[in-house]
Amino acid sequence: MIQSIDYVAIAPLLILAATAALVLLLDAFLPPTSRPAPTATRPDPVPTRPDPASGARPAPAATTRLESAVGARRESAAGSRPESAAGGRSEAAATTRPASVSGGRGGAVGGAADETGGGAEGGGRGRGVLGLVTLAGVLGALAAVVFQAATGAGRRTFCVPSGLVSGEPPCSFVADPFALVIAGLVLVAAVVVVLLSMTELAEGRIPVGEWYFLTLCALVGAVALPASRDLVMLVVALELVSLPVFALTALKRYDGRASEAALKLFLVSVVSTAVMLFGVSLLYGLTGTVYLDRLTVNGAPAPVMAVAVMLVLAGFGFKVAAVPFHSWAADVYEGAPVPVAALLSVISKAAGFAGLILLLVVALGEQSALWSTPVAVLAALTMTAGNLLALRQRHAVRLLAWSSVAQSGYILAPLGIGGATLGGAADASVAYLVFYAAMNLGAFAVVMLVSRRSERNELDDYRGLAFRNPAAAVALGFCLVCLAGLPPGLAGLFAKVVVFRELVDGGGLALAVVMAVNTVIGLYYYVAWTARLFTPAPRESEATPAPAESAARLAPNVTQAADVAPGVTEGAGVAPGVVERTGLAERATEGAGVAPGVAEGAGVASGVTEGAGVAAGDGGALGVGAEVGVESGGRSGRLVPVVVAIGLAVLVAVAFSVFPQLVFDLLAGGLSASG
Amino acid sequence: MTWVPVALLAVPALGALVLLAPAAARPRARARLLRGYGLAVSGLTLALAVALAVAFDYGDAGRPQFSTDLSWIPGLDLRFHLGVDGISLPLVVLTALLTFLCFVYLTGHATTRPRALVFTVLVLEVGMIGTFLALDLLLFFVFFEVVLIPMYFVIAVWGGAGRRAAAVKFILYTLLGSVVLLLGLLLIWANTGTLDMVALARAHGDGMSRSVQILAFVAVGVGLAVKTPMWPLHTWLPDAHTEAPTVGSVLLAGVLLKMGTYGFARIAIPVLPEGAAAVAPWLGAFAVVGIIYGALACLAQRDLKRLIAYSSVGHMGFVLLGFATLTPVGINAALFGNVAHGLITGLLFFLAGAVKERYGTADMPALGGGMLARMPRMGSLLTFACVASLGLPGLAGFWGEMLALFGAFQPAAGLSRPLYLTFMAVGGVGTVLTAAYFLVMLSRVTHGSPRPAALPTPIADVRGYELAAWVPLVVLILLFGLWPKALLAITTPAVHTLLGMP
Repeated sequence: MIQSIDYVAIAPLLILAATAALVLLLDAFLPPTSRPAPTATRPDPVPTRPDPASGARPAPAATTRLESAVGARRESAAGSRPESAAGGRSEAAATTRPASVSGGRGGAVGGAADETGGGAEGGGRGRGVLGLVTLAGVLGALAAVVFQAATGAGRRTFCVPSGLVSGEPPCSFVADPFALVIAGLVLVAAVVVVLLSMTELAEGRIPVGEWYFLTLCALVGAVALPASRDLVMLVVALELVSLPVFALTALKRYDGRASEAALKLFLVSVVSTAVMLFGVSLLYGLTGTVYLDRLTVNGAPAPVMAVAVMLVLAGFGFKVAAVPFHSWAADVYEGAPVPVAALLSVISKAAGFAGLILLLVVALGEQSALWSTPVAVLAALTMTAGNLLALRQRHAVRLLAWSSVAQSGYILAPLGIGGATLGGAADASVAYLVFYAAMNLGAFAVVMLVSRRSERNELDDYRGLAFRNPAAAVALGFCLVCLAGLPPGLAGLFAKVVVFRELVDGGGLALAVVMAVNTVIGLYYYVAWTARLFTPAPRESEATPAPAESAARLAPNVTQAADVAPGVTEGAGVAPGVVERTGLAERATEGAGVAPGVAEGAGVASGVTEGAGVAAGDGGALGVGAEVGVESGGRSGRLVPVVVAIGLAVLVAVAFSVFPQLVFDLLAGGLSASG
Repeated sequence: MTWVPVALLAVPALGALVLLAPAAARPRARARLLRGYGLAVSGLTLALAVALAVAFDYGDAGRPQFSTDLSWIPGLDLRFHLGVDGISLPLVVLTALLTFLCFVYLTGHATTRPRALVFTVLVLEVGMIGTFLALDLLLFFVFFEVVLIPMYFVIAVWGGAGRRAAAVKFILYTLLGSVVLLLGLLLIWANTGTLDMVALARAHGDGMSRSVQILAFVAVGVGLAVKTPMWPLHTWLPDAHTEAPTVGSVLLAGVLLKMGTYGFARIAIPVLPEGAAAVAPWLGAFAVVGIIYGALACLAQRDLKRLIAYSSVGHMGFVLLGFATLTPVGINAALFGNVAHGLITGLLFFLAGAVKERYGTADMPALGGGMLARMPRMGSLLTFACVASLGLPGLAGFWGEMLALFGAFQPAAGLSRPLYLTFMAVGGVGTVLTAAYFLVMLSRVTHGSPRPAALPTPIADVRGYELAAWVPLVVLILLFGLWPKALLAITTPAVHTLLGMP
């Protein structure tokens, strides 16, 4: 019997998949660009600190490609250059393969774009198209999701033909409000991740085509997952989210940490999949059906059922980094490129929670007595362990990693109530997830921006950010305060209120108290970090490599330092500094051939492409634009996507703070049982 | 006139937002401009608050007036519900006044990062006024929280040597309190299905069982008691007060502490009457322990600001004792004591700040005595404030303490009278101790002959801007001391309403 497929329902998936294919094609057939590298080797604008891991590492041979079909393209894309230390030139020269000798990693313009042809050029320009194509694909999929939501959610497809079953036929794919909200969350987060990727890839150390292809694959999985209504599709979608991510983590080749992170992620992923599959097979064996709604009907309380539920729970526990399956989080987040960490902490986590909610609420709702207590204990442990571990972190990404473990605990908490209010609990979890996504992405975007400047990315590198870059400091401060759940970060506050309300309403007062204490622990590190942003940095001289450079760097700082309000940009104060450096910036930008002319933030974009007006001080861009110019003239173009990403994430977080009702309206439809 | 409460929030909020715009002026000119700006915004807020007080219908002070009731977040049942009645009106005016006076004080004061300071204080004002205006439990909570981050930065950026630790302690403590408070509020919501304070107060605990009421009262009470602060939850306060800059100390003592006690009058007692009746003896016990503890701690202090901080613990003990009686007299006393403490301790912290600024230290032995000889006006003002604080009849501090003890003499029906008589006796000892430490302090600081060694340069006496900031407080302390009815007449109808009396 031939089924009719509702193509509108799966349009977002089709668009993403088509984009992935297009990216691969383009990657294979785009001519490798080989513009001459600009000779500008100005002093490193980054106060590079010696990187213990680098230095004597040999430069790699031509990068191997993931897909052999495309391998021919890049004879010239040899350029993975060593991460050199502060006075890196001599060291780099001493490396075994001088093919990609570069003058210090910060002289980024020249950096990778050396005589061998320029991976950076490829990333910066030719391959930059791929980023835009990906972005367009993600936006297209988002448009499709919005269209579905507007024309009435609840489309279903891949159903059992109606003749074969009695009653309403079950479907494998249901685009109900729950699925659409998660899909929308994933896609908006994807926009931010893709924007961050543009900057990450501009360094040229990562093959562009593979990166975007894998990202899109993970997105296909993440969008398909919340709509899946049978076990097989659920597992396949979840794997589709997981597998590309460890390849993404490993794409930063010849980086020890990244490889370690990828391996860890891989092992955890495989183990958790195995555990979950075991549980799923037990479920199938017990009930004889794979459709989630049938599981409810057929499910009989039995000891084996408890085992199955526990195994499934453990499997998902790995995915969402819940205690005791959390230990991979920090290493993986730290080792992976920042955009991947953002992807893991938001998209992958959202997908994991979507799957967990589907299984627990839709499929096993009747058995909630079996799993509610373990979930509550899991939630309490997760938030406590995450917060306690985050307390001691000095590395920004590690801190965010542990804090996102803690946040997983908060998301999990409403599900631990069980009983009659399951639908409400699922809504509370999803609402928290949505709020959390916005604020966490904002934080990651600023971390990305700062990581361009200070490779170590430790919390101390954030001291005085408010003086160097007021807007970024305000953005990060806002997101952190949101995560802590205090005004003015009302989004975080309301998110917590939603969860607390569900707990109190459902009688989980003990869990609520645990969460209350955890909120306070969490506040400590968030506020400590926020306070760092606004305390003056120690004298610059301590960390600056070259005197000329330090003078140049200090100039804007001094004019600003006079007195800046926390979070207040000092338009005029920055301007002189910027103008004074425009020459440099001009030279650099023109060399770099910037301009993935991302539309939004027009002020910034136009300013940068013109080369001269890097200042972009015209209000709208609030200092970040200025920072772009001041911090690193040459790399300004590459930072534009990050600035846009920060703007986007913060805008959403602010919108959620002022109109949290938006989120509740989105969730209004709730979770429809299935097809 | 319903727009006035909204305007009271909007003016400082917009004023703060304007500061986010880039400014081009030179630092020095800008500093002057900023001071004027802060003064203007807070002055406008004060004018609005005064207009509110003028337009207020005193014949109907028990009912919320100038109500605004808009839906904000239906998903959370959260309504933007503002209004003002006899309990909140004095506190709103007090807040606007103290903030304005802080800006007056700042006009003569160069600080680092003036724009940030003005911004922070204005945000603080939004939170403080909002707390007193809110008539929705969650909205109350939101405003209650708004003050945390700005106050953290006030302490952490402009504070003294140990500011970082003090600021962290402040925010962690108070956040712990507010999370517990939130749980209590949500418990009320879960059992009654509404967040509307007016409706909840009218229901007087209908729909909540006694055990739920007790649980909710304990949660809400602990949350508010941290802010108040009640012994033994007060330990954040001395550090925060000592390290905070003058402006921070004034607002902390003058307004922030009142947010805790206001919560008792607005939420805990009217909404949870049975819970209140059950827990009141405990509240009273902690209150009198706080009175004695605060007084004894004060006797042991060397630092002027720390002494004033501990004296707040004692005074708040009287306020809590007033609440614990659950009688109109006692609650009136508490509300009166609230306002009086705001005025007097505000003045004391202004003075302590000025002393510290002149001498470079607030360590009493280092001050070396003889202030009346060296700075007669400053010394007189300090004496006046101390005498007002120790509760001299004829000054504002007297009525709060006296009425609280009087309330304890005849507690509400159902409360153990002998117990409250004990509380009264202990509280009475507390007043003596309070007098003792203030007089000891005065004898060490203002009296005696100035030690020559402590006289580096001639020290300026009270300056014009300082006088401008302090005189209104002095006048009000005298006014409420001589004519307590001015305040009691406003609060009495509201107190009757909240206790459900005719």
